[in-house]
Amino acid sequence: MSKTIFDYSVANRKAYTLPKSDVDVQINDIFPAGMLRKEKAKLPEVSELDVMRHFIELSHKNHFIEKGLYPLGSCTMKYNPKLHEHLVRHSCFNNIHPYQDEQTLQGSLEILYELQNDLAEIAGMAMTTLQPVAGAQGEFAGIKIIEAYHKAKGNMHKKKIILPDSAHGTNPATCSLVGYEVVEIKSLADGRVDIAKLKEVIDDSVAGFMLTNPNTLGLFETQIEEISSLIHGVDGLMYMDGANLNALLGIVQPGKIGFDVMHYNLHKTFTTPHGGGGPGCGPVGVVEKLVPYLPVPLIGKNEDSYFFDYRHEATSIGKVHTFYGNFAIMLRAYIYIKMQGPDGLRKVSENAIINANYLMQKVKDHFHIEHTEYCMHEFVADGTWQKKANGVATIDIAKRLLDKGYHAPTIYFPLIIPEAMMVEPTETESKESIDAFAEAMIEIASECQNDPDMLHQAPLTTPVRRVDDVRAVKVLDVRYQIKD
Amino acid sequence: MPYIPTTEAQRSEMLRAIGVQSFDELIAAIPEELRLKEPLKVSEAVSELEITRMIQEKTCRNICSGAANSFLGAGVYDHFIPAAVDTIVSRPEFFTAYTPYQAEVSQGTLQFIYEYQTMICELTGMEVANASMYDGASAVAEAILMGVRKNRLTKAILPATMHPEFVKVIKCYTEGIGVELVIAPHKDGMIDLKALEAMLDDSVGSVIVQSPNFFGNIEDVFALDKLIHNQAKALMIAVVDPISLAILSAPSEYNADIVVGEGQALGNSMYMGGPLFGFFASKLDMARQMPGRIVGGTLDVEGKRSYALTLQAREQHIRRDKATSNICSNQSLCTLAATVYMSLIGRQGLIEVATQSTQKAHYLAAEISKLDGFSLSYPQATFFKEFVVNTPIAPAKIINRLLPRAIYAGVDLQRFGYDNQLMIAVTEKKSKADLDEFVKALMEVSHV
Repeated sequence: MSKTIFDYSVANRKAYTLPKSDVDVQINDIFPAGMLRKEKAKLPEVSELDVMRHFIELSHKNHFIEKGLYPLGSCTMKYNPKLHEHLVRHSCFNNIHPYQDEQTLQGSLEILYELQNDLAEIAGMAMTTLQPVAGAQGEFAGIKIIEAYHKAKGNMHKKKIILPDSAHGTNPATCSLVGYEVVEIKSLADGRVDIAKLKEVIDDSVAGFMLTNPNTLGLFETQIEEISSLIHGVDGLMYMDGANLNALLGIVQPGKIGFDVMHYNLHKTFTTPHGGGGPGCGPVGVVEKLVPYLPVPLIGKNEDSYFFDYRHEATSIGKVHTFYGNFAIMLRAYIYIKMQGPDGLRKVSENAIINANYLMQKVKDHFHIEHTEYCMHEFVADGTWQKKANGVATIDIAKRLLDKGYHAPTIYFPLIIPEAMMVEPTETESKESIDAFAEAMIEIASECQNDPDMLHQAPLTTPVRRVDDVRAVKVLDVRYQIKD
Repeated sequence: MPYIPTTEAQRSEMLRAIGVQSFDELIAAIPEELRLKEPLKVSEAVSELEITRMIQEKTCRNICSGAANSFLGAGVYDHFIPAAVDTIVSRPEFFTAYTPYQAEVSQGTLQFIYEYQTMICELTGMEVANASMYDGASAVAEAILMGVRKNRLTKAILPATMHPEFVKVIKCYTEGIGVELVIAPHKDGMIDLKALEAMLDDSVGSVIVQSPNFFGNIEDVFALDKLIHNQAKALMIAVVDPISLAILSAPSEYNADIVVGEGQALGNSMYMGGPLFGFFASKLDMARQMPGRIVGGTLDVEGKRSYALTLQAREQHIRRDKATSNICSNQSLCTLAATVYMSLIGRQGLIEVATQSTQKAHYLAAEISKLDGFSLSYPQATFFKEFVVNTPIAPAKIINRLLPRAIYAGVDLQRFGYDNQLMIAVTEKKSKADLDEFVKALMEVSHV
């Protein structure tokens, strides 16, 4: 069992130094005793080396991109360039305050202005806000914008948002958060929208439609024009979940094919690090008629300077972040786009699509794949053959992959494919690395036949064996009991 | 192309293996008329050397707070950060990892979150904390929504002493779904207790108390506890500065039900206000109503101590439109910085940071008060590390006149509707010389 940082603690050990206070003010003259804390917070008392050893030990227990392929479908775990980390740590970025005078922030503002415009161009939108700090917050801002549009038009009868059952969980959760009723429609077998079903639920109360394109099966939504004309026909708006934008760079501009609002995930498509779960960044692009509703501020430009633009505050949805969003994440995406250029961005998507199809081709005789048409940047295989023939479930296959030095694909999603394994290799993986991953998958397929019990036991070589997450709920232990 | 390893020869080989002649065959499903016919209108690609020069040129047009004598605060603070924090946070093992859904290869991330949760519980006196929210503002909004889930009462009282930017975010999050927000007025820079008392009745679901409040003043939290909890169901949502908790009463001591706040001050650089992170803690009986991820200790099949995400049935990927929140990505890496910071600075260090910030802020306030035309705006209140002064001329003028001297005088409260008020924040990083320089400069530029 590995120690917690609290177990290293020894009374009066210190890892910090600070200058001595050089003002003559006594704390007891300021605060009456009643304002003061009764018991000290039991933070650790450790040395700097204790801290380094502890967290380095923890770091060894993680899978991460530099260790091995990370084929999580819809998560786009591509390589995160180290140049970005180097450049963003400049003190003129990390040591600037949000309330500094604009004239001391011109470098930052110019970057944000250009990023705002580049993202708009990439998605074919009129304008973007960089403020939302995660994909789900981008969704929230986007659906709020839809709500604001309807309110401004006096569309008080708009009550519901339609989305397919292949949608990410954040989509319905976001609609609820904004206050819309969610109408989920069953997808066709290939995850595409069932137009007949859509027609059944479309009426005047529809505020909008939320769609991921390519869909969560990695297939492009071919009927998008028909869908958007149906939705626009009742003055609904089209929302695109941009989680899968890595398939479309330079190939399709969502704003030009019927979508009105879209969020980007800078931590997916634009290679900013996932950080073990965040911080991300979820800008939102909109078509011209929705620009008045974007959060404040946008970044504006005068003849010779840049400024925080609050001019549309009266119509804006307001703010979703205390300040301007995750600036440090935007910087990384900015550097990435500048280094790719127009050809590079298109190459990103082309290679992401080639890699996914190449991998699908290699594993398709060993794992069932419901939809074998050419995929976009990801595909969904499943474990139904193994389940039926060997009693091995997708969870077992996923855990066995961990033994082989890989992360597992996204599993049991989308919900419409039983035993799903959603695989997204990304464009930053080489042919050799995809070949090796395919071999590991094929080996596992054969292990399923020869040694199914071992699969049930997997993983065998990871820092801990299969973790009992049911117990984690039953015996709730959410904080360490510090012995003092 | 940078970061794409496939060579032209390999590309052809892979296309052949797939069974197509050209890339276009792979995207045949996309109707021709929907495809972009020309290159994107973004600037041509640059090399690593060129982008480095471009970025350097831009940094020259920023002036960082480090190069200035800065007294800016209002939610983002320039506290000292030991170097080892960035050494840990920069490790790819942490920063390129995904959300710890595969627990067996994510024990590093899961364990630090568990330790982070423990530290937040220690500071706040609460029993459970989540893995983080986006920032302090959205954390308050989500706390109000959690309160509604708990007691089904949709009226929330926000104090006029709350950060105005928080109020904007809270409005965006809660209006439209039937939450009624009411503002309790302030008197002398603190919540007007009499006015609040008159507003309280059994329709009130929650009362938000920010202390130290937006102006830096410490609210009468014990009196507020009595007032609020005099209502059977009303919840007290405390919004706190984590640094202050090293010395000021823990929210558990005044019976707060939910405790949230902005965590940036704990080991995270300012980065023009983002990323930040919101911490979120409560009593255990509300754990199942909490938004966001929570890590729990458990065992693996061999009985070895391990960690996993727990109570996931609250979350959007399981519960979809019935989830407690739509949050998925959070601010994980910022909480790693906070965890390492709290480990390094430790039990004594955090007390020292809070104490020195207070001492230096109070020294500065006393010195500024001696200047002609300057006075504390809220002399009756006790402040922590930030305070507001009335100025003899418009704060904008002072701020502008001090810019060439590389002094950032503070936040002009004009932007929030308060005339002739300048808000000044001080951290332990200031020396007496810094403070004296500021006082002298103020005196010199504050003529009409």
